[in-house]
Amino acid sequence: MAGREVVAQGAKLGLLALLDAAAVWAAVSLLLRGDHLLLAVLAAGALLLNFVVLSRRAYPLRFLLPGLVFLFAMVVYPIGYTINVSLTNLQTGNLLTKSQVIAQLEGRYYLPPDHATFSYWAFRNPQGELRVILLAQDGRSYLSEGSQLLPVDLTDPRFVRGTDGTVVAFDDFTRLSLAQIYQSLPALERLDLMLEGVHVRLATVREFGTYLRKYEYLRDVDAIRDLETGIVYTAREGYFTSPDGVRIEPGFQIYVGFRNYLDVLTNPGIRADFTRVFGWTVAWSFLTVFFSFWLGLVLAYLLNDPYVRGRFFYRSLLIIPYAMPAFISALVWAGLFNTDLGVINRIIGELFGTKVRWLQDPMWARAALIFINVWLTYPYMMIVSLGALQSIPKEMYEAARVDGATGWQRFWTITMPLLWVSVAPLLIGSFAFTFNNFTIIWLVTAGRPAVLGAATPAGATDILISWTYRLAFEGDRGNQLGLASAVSIIIFVIIATISAVNFRFTRALEDVSRGV
Amino acid sequence: MYSRPSVVGLVVRYTLIGLALLYALFPVLWILSASFNPTNNLLEQRLFPANPTLEHYRRLFTDPTVPFPRWILNTLQVSGITSVITVFLCALGAYAFSRFRFRGRRAGLLGLLLVQMFPQMLAMVAIYLLLIKIKEFVPWLGYNTHPGLIMVYLGGAMGFNTWFMKGYFDTIPRSVEESALVDGATPFQAFLRIVLPLARPILAVVLIIQFITTYSEYVLASILLKGTDMYTLSVGLRFFIQQAYDRRWGAFSAAAILGALLILAIFLPLQKLIISGLTGGAVKE
Repeated sequence: MAGREVVAQGAKLGLLALLDAAAVWAAVSLLLRGDHLLLAVLAAGALLLNFVVLSRRAYPLRFLLPGLVFLFAMVVYPIGYTINVSLTNLQTGNLLTKSQVIAQLEGRYYLPPDHATFSYWAFRNPQGELRVILLAQDGRSYLSEGSQLLPVDLTDPRFVRGTDGTVVAFDDFTRLSLAQIYQSLPALERLDLMLEGVHVRLATVREFGTYLRKYEYLRDVDAIRDLETGIVYTAREGYFTSPDGVRIEPGFQIYVGFRNYLDVLTNPGIRADFTRVFGWTVAWSFLTVFFSFWLGLVLAYLLNDPYVRGRFFYRSLLIIPYAMPAFISALVWAGLFNTDLGVINRIIGELFGTKVRWLQDPMWARAALIFINVWLTYPYMMIVSLGALQSIPKEMYEAARVDGATGWQRFWTITMPLLWVSVAPLLIGSFAFTFNNFTIIWLVTAGRPAVLGAATPAGATDILISWTYRLAFEGDRGNQLGLASAVSIIIFVIIATISAVNFRFTRALEDVSRGV
Repeated sequence: MYSRPSVVGLVVRYTLIGLALLYALFPVLWILSASFNPTNNLLEQRLFPANPTLEHYRRLFTDPTVPFPRWILNTLQVSGITSVITVFLCALGAYAFSRFRFRGRRAGLLGLLLVQMFPQMLAMVAIYLLLIKIKEFVPWLGYNTHPGLIMVYLGGAMGFNTWFMKGYFDTIPRSVEESALVDGATPFQAFLRIVLPLARPILAVVLIIQFITTYSEYVLASILLKGTDMYTLSVGLRFFIQQAYDRRWGAFSAAAILGALLILAIFLPLQKLIISGLTGGAVKE
């Protein structure tokens, strides 16, 4: 026993030593890359791991840590990150950090009116290296050497001349034909050659020209000066902006405080979309829960009736919509509701000789969605109600019967109040779940039909969560990550409120039932 | 609660049940029929096909342009690994919360309760950006990888399941482990050899529910996976049938039937167990 323990201890320490060695190796490579944030995360993680394995006081943490790592990395951190992004202007056009934008601008050049031009020959060697010989108008010639241009004497015998007297090769480099030059244009455009302090870059396919730097960052006033025009662009609201309001693209990320939240509440276009989407989200959740609960309750009542034969068989069949993976059901229903091809319109056509534009008309699309979601949800309500019905003591009904209560009276005075106690919290839970049921919306209508003139990509059947998805990922109007994150947080606040009410409610109902 | 119904009452009852069955089985019957129907066009489908065929099923497994077997395999892999690891990690955490008394225990429990209220997909933008970042450093764990997706699912599964299992562990009397602890077993050994076997029902519930949940997940998988070979079934099927109801309905139906059968085969025999888990014990059956 003691021997085995020593082996186990040794194995544990050995494993820890190995992990620590890996951490040190990773730390060195991070240090070399200069990634200090990740280095700090790594160091904290390694220290925590050693503490947990070696300290007796941290014993419970050994059980908790494996799960906590995932919980923190994939839920807690993303929540924090979402809050953070919701306070920024992160969106297409403002995706880069300020220093990235400055670096990008400082790498831009312009061709001054009095620029010198050079005709050129481009050469490549078998290794794929690219070099150019530039011929100035004053007859001087230059050869590129790395990023420098050096004067060169083309009469040197290392330069091989062709029949027309031009250089066709030197060393192991051979000259590119015009067709090859077109193929190599991206590489040629990247060339940035220095000649006595001036940038020489490709100006046209046939010429190089002397370029000047376009922008200069002025650190002490946090502004960009345009060296061509002399205009100073100061950093304002995520863009370098000139005194008359002209912005340099791209912009950069900045914190905007609660502006995204305020936009949702006060910007007329966004608020109109939000109100419409929010209204439909609530209607969609409420109607789904309402219809599926009553349908489920009626079915539970029927299946609980001892005089109905084959109850178990019916129950197993009626539960199938709940047991099917929801994404499959949604895709199937989307097909059945298809306006031109779908079975449902074919049946309606044969009965009434008309077609319902299910997925193109906003009201019909909403009706179809609720119809589908009730189909998906009623079995849950049925099971829940069935369980609740069976837990109501029979004696209460006997007593009521003796007192002469009718069937309806018994249902409303005994069954419903007792059923309500156990079912109400689940209905609220179901409401909260439907509120965020992205899958059904997305796979049936994808939020369509589109709403004409909407300020954001919010369709007629979009619920808040699918609107968020479209704000963030749907490309045609850019990715509004800041706004999308703010809407996410708003949804969370709504859901958290519902849940809090639910907790209260559950407790209140428990008190009520204890009083019965 | 019930009295013997009249004949009219019975007719009403069976009629209602019949209508409900029609509603419940309507789409199921249509795709079942479509999967045996020789046409691929939704419009030409009849409920009872004139000459039924297994062609669509054959095509799923032989046509290289329909990577259906790949999608099923991906899904089973991701769901299987996620659910097994979830059970183990949540059992560990639940055991600590149930048995140990340590500083921060109450705060930890409250934190779990709060975190599990937050639907993980609300943070989809953050998760997407995080996995892209991870890909820079650990390519096999980042964006567009199955281990990355599994990691995301694991994070989302921790809160509720730990909480849920802790409730069950609380009902197992401490005395069952105490003799082992007196005999010199470590708490971990007591957990592994005594408590876990006793907790088998809850482990099974969590395993099955997590498997089904992961199997059916669409949003995160659609954001985090790119390229048809990486897709799970939910992303793959949507990709397959989108805008192609007139061309692929037959093959899609066959795939839907097979995909649903896999889950139905687990769900229907074990429905009592699963439902007790899904209703959080609020309903006694």
